Amino acid sequence: MFKLSHEPLDPTALKAALANPQAGACVTFEGWVRNHNEGQAVRALEYEAHGSLAEKEGAKILEEARQRFSLVAASCVHRVGTLALGDMAIWIGVTAEHRDAAFAACRYLIDEAKARVPIWKKEHYAGGSSAWINCARREV
Amino acid sequence: MAKAAEMIKSIQVLYFAILREQRGLSRESLATAVGTVGELYDELRGKHGFTLGGEHLRAAINDEFMPWNAPLKSGDVVTFIPPVAGG
Repeated sequence: MFKLSHEPLDPTALKAALANPQAGACVTFEGWVRNHNEGQAVRALEYEAHGSLAEKEGAKILEEARQRFSLVAASCVHRVGTLALGDMAIWIGVTAEHRDAAFAACRYLIDEAKARVPIWKKEHYAGGSSAWINCARREV
Repeated sequence: MAKAAEMIKSIQVLYFAILREQRGLSRESLATAVGTVGELYDELRGKHGFTLGGEHLRAAINDEFMPWNAPLKSGDVVTFIPPVAGG
């Protein structure tokens, strides 16, 4: 499943939900809020999503991963709202019988999620300015 | 029968991220005579001065991604999707 969360992500609980004796491999990915981007000191991040479309596109990407790779299960949660440095923005967990499929599917999921799911990131910089990433506009 | 392009349609537009800020609204209902979703963006960009050109956007109609030249019909909910940046 693909979900959006307004609350902090709990990787322990998310991983526990994937527990399955059929799985011999579990690969997880955590995306964290970094304190800098392109030379600027980042103070906080804001994520905004088109909720219904994001969950639909996210579910589609998970389905694609299940078709491409031999998986037991896969899930992805993306945080929305204001995040502090070090907070987890995205969690992806993939289980499979063997590690190759789990690694490949996890990579596929994060790459596709970043490229396709309608979620936007605004960086707030130490100097007080902010910018919507990939939208080529800085504002004070 | 009037040609589709000449008919006035009632459309709801949803705005997110940079477009929401530049429009100052999350959603609006409007009437338009344009035929396609891309033409609607051009019309709105002319009115509101959006900085992003249509070539940088994707469009969704009623929660489905649609091509830029997809036709509009009355009652459609249109979303213009600025470049995404999740993860």
